[in-house]
Amino acid sequence: MTNYIKLIVLGLVTLLALIAANYARDLAYLVNALTVALVSGGLFLWTLRHTDEPRAQVDLSGEYMDGVVRAGVIATCLWGVVGFLAGTFIAFQLAFPGLNFDWAQGYANFGRLRPLHTSAVIFAFGGNALIATSFYVVQRTSAARLWGGNLAWFVFWGYQLVIVLAATGYLLGATQGKEYAEPEWYVDLWLTVVWLAYLAVFLGTIVKRKEPHIYVANWFYLSFIITVAMLHVVNNLSIPVSIFGSKSVQVFSGVQDAMTQWWYGHNAVGFFLTAGFLGMMYYFVPKQAERPVYSYKLSIIHFWALIFIYIWAGPHHLHYTALPDWASTLGMVFSIVLWMPSWGGMINGLMTLSGAWDKLRTDPVIRMMVISIGFYGMSTFEGPMMSIRAVNSLSHYTDWTIGHVHSGALGWNGMITFGALYFLVPKLWNRERLYSLSLVSWHFWLATIGIILYAAAMWVTGIMEGLMWREVDANGFLVNSFADTVAAKFPMYVVRGLGGVMYVTGALIMCYNLWMTAKRSPAVEATNSAVPAE
Amino acid sequence: MAKQPIKKNQEVETTGHQWDGIEEYNNPLPRWWLWTFYACIVWGLWYVIAYPAWPLVQGATAGYKGWSTRANVAAELAEAEAANAAINAKLEAVELTEISGDPELQGYATSAGNAVFKTWCAQCHGSGAAGAKGYPNLLDNDWLWGGTIEDIHTTIAHGIRNTEDPDARYSQMPAFGDILETAQIDQVVNYVMSMSGEPQDASMVAEGQTVFMDNCAACHGEAGEGDIYQGAPNLADAIWLYGGSFDTIKETVTYSRFGVMPPMGGADLSEAEIRAVAIYVHQLGGGE
Repeated sequence: MTNYIKLIVLGLVTLLALIAANYARDLAYLVNALTVALVSGGLFLWTLRHTDEPRAQVDLSGEYMDGVVRAGVIATCLWGVVGFLAGTFIAFQLAFPGLNFDWAQGYANFGRLRPLHTSAVIFAFGGNALIATSFYVVQRTSAARLWGGNLAWFVFWGYQLVIVLAATGYLLGATQGKEYAEPEWYVDLWLTVVWLAYLAVFLGTIVKRKEPHIYVANWFYLSFIITVAMLHVVNNLSIPVSIFGSKSVQVFSGVQDAMTQWWYGHNAVGFFLTAGFLGMMYYFVPKQAERPVYSYKLSIIHFWALIFIYIWAGPHHLHYTALPDWASTLGMVFSIVLWMPSWGGMINGLMTLSGAWDKLRTDPVIRMMVISIGFYGMSTFEGPMMSIRAVNSLSHYTDWTIGHVHSGALGWNGMITFGALYFLVPKLWNRERLYSLSLVSWHFWLATIGIILYAAAMWVTGIMEGLMWREVDANGFLVNSFADTVAAKFPMYVVRGLGGVMYVTGALIMCYNLWMTAKRSPAVEATNSAVPAE
Repeated sequence: MAKQPIKKNQEVETTGHQWDGIEEYNNPLPRWWLWTFYACIVWGLWYVIAYPAWPLVQGATAGYKGWSTRANVAAELAEAEAANAAINAKLEAVELTEISGDPELQGYATSAGNAVFKTWCAQCHGSGAAGAKGYPNLLDNDWLWGGTIEDIHTTIAHGIRNTEDPDARYSQMPAFGDILETAQIDQVVNYVMSMSGEPQDASMVAEGQTVFMDNCAACHGEAGEGDIYQGAPNLADAIWLYGGSFDTIKETVTYSRFGVMPPMGGADLSEAEIRAVAIYVHQLGGGE
């Protein structure tokens, strides 16, 4: 019966997408409509061929649903490499503008590739990592199979479709021009559907949990899922110019639009890259260290403080702009008060290792997790500091901001994800251990040195740039032109690019190591039955 | 059930919860953490009283310090303006030619002009003023419209071949592709190149000279020395605005060029700023 409903829906979607493609007003819309038609048409045929096949009735409720997590791990690796490569390439485009090839103008110049890089690393790499680990963690810590049957698969594939539509759209020029919210209206609508399904799967699993309490990692994952849904919907309120075109017009305008955008933008950092990844940290660090979490009290206090304060910190992106002073003040104050709640996560992560510090010598995976928490602590100190208006007047619009973001993204988000992947792959593919620990060490050092080169280069250029912009002579006249500052940054741009090369090399080594783990490591018996811990 | 973790901190209790083998210690909040958190909150409370913070029905609280970004920037601009008011007035009042004789005025105009140049001119002429293809080099002695301080001042104030300023400098070379045969263009290009000693095909030079005298000499002069009154470039000095290769000169002759410079007077720059940047450009090396 459900197959017939599926066939009707898929058939209709295919038809509508083809009609939309026929009337498409721009290339990005045309390609996106054809992509949708292709996907839904393919699913239609697949469903048709399997209709009325007898299904084996197996009770899977006692088993964890790990297939979707495996797929998520593969997608995380794949998108990670794509995103890192794009980032490294655009880093070199900044150092050597000749890499904006004439033949690729309008498709692969810096302006088109930059959102491709940011979305690929944040939403494709980070998002897949969050979805995959949250599905893994919520099952283990709830001792329950994912709720909703194949809905989890819908979330996974639906999310990949979002990524493909967004990425092809960027290259062909479909963008809202809102940082980290570039996808156009129809991609936003589809993401909303997928995200609500994600919320349903996650919440449903928590509701049917067999443990008396909800584990702290799940608080963080849940706050991330709920808040991102809210942020996404409000920031993307827009009216399409035509239902057959990709262009849309924002509902908010002027400074209201800017404020909404940075309320969204900062909380993309706060809830996507901080809360979500803290959820990851709270499960994988104690598991890998085999130690209890340091303080339950601290986890409660810093969780509630973090989510209540983070949501107000956005205005610090708009210091010294058309934003009224009062809003800027509140953004700065909340950012500084946020310092300790952010550090609560760092303390809980690092102190969980007390009594197990010797593992740093022997276990490169733990080393990866520890350095990620270190970068987390550094970035969450640097962030409040940069939100102070006096500091911001120097740092804003400079590469310091780029360095700050990357020490957080490469250091914290990247390294904790790598740690989680190294933990997950042997478990998910029923292997005794990783293929090679020395390759993990290579990855660790390449990534760490790469991040340091990146961050140090950006501190130097950022502060130099800020000082050059404000340099005045005895009569009060500006000394440097903008082009002077660009020229002065060249050597640091090359260093930054080299840092990127090291980071992406490390990631490729990881992919090889994980692949070989799944293929070659000695097998063990599967342990994916859902049993409560106590 | 998963492997029991090793417990070393036996004096601290766990909460008794367990998930997938993970337990939690019941450690208290670290004191330094808690007190720093409190200190941040207390500081924050003070800050929102001292600075503009709370939105009300009619505007927001101003804070007891009376601090505001708008007032600050207005005060800083007023201060800079007041500090330079006297010298700006003097700069506007004196004859242009007298500025270089007054070291104080000349020094001030040069540094002010440097700032104006890097904001308004560097986009086309380069931050070092060395120009680019189609954008004249301002460091050399080669001037299309004259290199005296008055000439430079007029060019900056009114621009070249723009539609915004009726006083803009104006001239237009015909596109000789519509007038001459291709062979004649090849000849004249060779002749023009021979003026700076680099003909591509010496056999065409003689015919080229005839073509030149009939079509080009009226503006560029019989010896190709150019004419600053109509912006006709000197063709004999081996300095090329669009390039001196055979193909580029042929392109120029065939299709002509029409370089535009916007007027900087009126809304964009004050008279003192225009004078300052004229002085700056004049002293770069090529001023007459």
